[in-house]
Amino acid sequence: MMEQLTRLLSISLGAILINNFIFSQFLGCCPFLGCSNKVETAAGMGLAVVFVMGIASAICYVVNMLLVALGLGFLQTLAFILVIAALVQFVEMFLKKMVPSLYAALGIYLPLITTNCAVLGVVLLNVQEDYNFIEAVVHGITGGLGFMLAIVLFASMRERIEFSEYPESFKGFPISLVTAGLLALAFMGFSGMKIF
Amino acid sequence: MTILYAVLVLGALGAIFGLILALAAKVFHVEVDPRQAAVRECLAGANCGGCGYPGCDGYAAAVAKGEAPGNKCVVVDPEVHDQIAQIMGVVNDAAEKKVAFVACSGGDGIAEPRFNYSGPRDCRAAMLFGGKSNKLCTFACIGMGNCVRVCSFDAMHLANGVARVNRSKCVGCGACVEACPKSIISLIPESLRIHPACRSRDKGASVTKMCKAGCIGCMKCQRECPAEAIVVKDFLPEVDPEKCTGCGHCAEVCPRGIITDFYQ
Repeated sequence: MMEQLTRLLSISLGAILINNFIFSQFLGCCPFLGCSNKVETAAGMGLAVVFVMGIASAICYVVNMLLVALGLGFLQTLAFILVIAALVQFVEMFLKKMVPSLYAALGIYLPLITTNCAVLGVVLLNVQEDYNFIEAVVHGITGGLGFMLAIVLFASMRERIEFSEYPESFKGFPISLVTAGLLALAFMGFSGMKIF
Repeated sequence: MTILYAVLVLGALGAIFGLILALAAKVFHVEVDPRQAAVRECLAGANCGGCGYPGCDGYAAAVAKGEAPGNKCVVVDPEVHDQIAQIMGVVNDAAEKKVAFVACSGGDGIAEPRFNYSGPRDCRAAMLFGGKSNKLCTFACIGMGNCVRVCSFDAMHLANGVARVNRSKCVGCGACVEACPKSIISLIPESLRIHPACRSRDKGASVTKMCKAGCIGCMKCQRECPAEAIVVKDFLPEVDPEKCTGCGHCAEVCPRGIITDFYQ
């Protein structure tokens, strides 16, 4: 039991800091750059990703068991994309009816997640690392939390950069990319760390 | 055999998900007023907020509920307002198109600077230092372009350190009016031909020290106006749009050249 908990903790810390989806795996860079103009929208996007990654990990675990049992492991990517697309659609409909306030807060970001490679990445990693059901779900949720941490940090930096002086030629995306690079460098400090 | 399995499994997965989604669409169906979608179709989709509602969807919802009139969208052509009125089954009372106007002429070299400012390019930031303005005249345009940045229609620009409006692009959404910390931008009817481009209510003598273009309240426009449409109040002319014939005489006689004649 104790051993199981330690393992979950190490998976969580790994997904949030050491193997952060954006800064060390380079997954989900598109929404990371696209939805980080304001801290508010960045947090909304982060929440939506946590939500979908957690549920996708759970369902894809079951689907993967089915595929492996039938000897169809090579269909993983295809099947997972199908699951994620259907799942996002379902979650959107569910939230619209049951939790309209959350639906309004997430807004356009919910359907956008369908094309977020971090979600596909987390389910494929679950298979690669041979996680069991609980580990897979924990990995999914904490991976989403890592994404949220990264995007909120980045958005608050971008908000400050808006009002500072920098060369004209860096305006817009160039300065954002430089900032993202420096932030990724900072996260490099975690790499190679070993927990327990 | 593997191919058969693969086709079957993926087909079955797709069918199951499709079925679940179809069921979910029924179970979680949310009733939406069909008129809301029809109204939304008519709108421009610029999400500028000029109507006072959060985006085009928010406005369409308010119209469908009968909470908002159908002619609030400033971006679309007036004919579309009639279309929306038709969808809602009401009569459209037309509103005149308005455009933004910047009431300041004190550009670089015209209005005297108060201090040398090299901070963030933001009007509110520049106002934080003594005197509430970076120019001696406290009514002057700061010229850091807060209005330019909020304009979704590329209708605002800075010319010689003062904000200017491109009237052919302006849709009158009023975003710049909100953004201007000096409150020198206002929405005026597009047909109003004459408007003074100054907001200074200082006395003439002090205005001449601060700005080469500011209104000194000489009252020449009031005396010369053949239609008696101009009244100078607190050293600043006010044009009565009802009486103004748009002859442009005031713009010609103004010794400071700040009365703008839009047909010139």
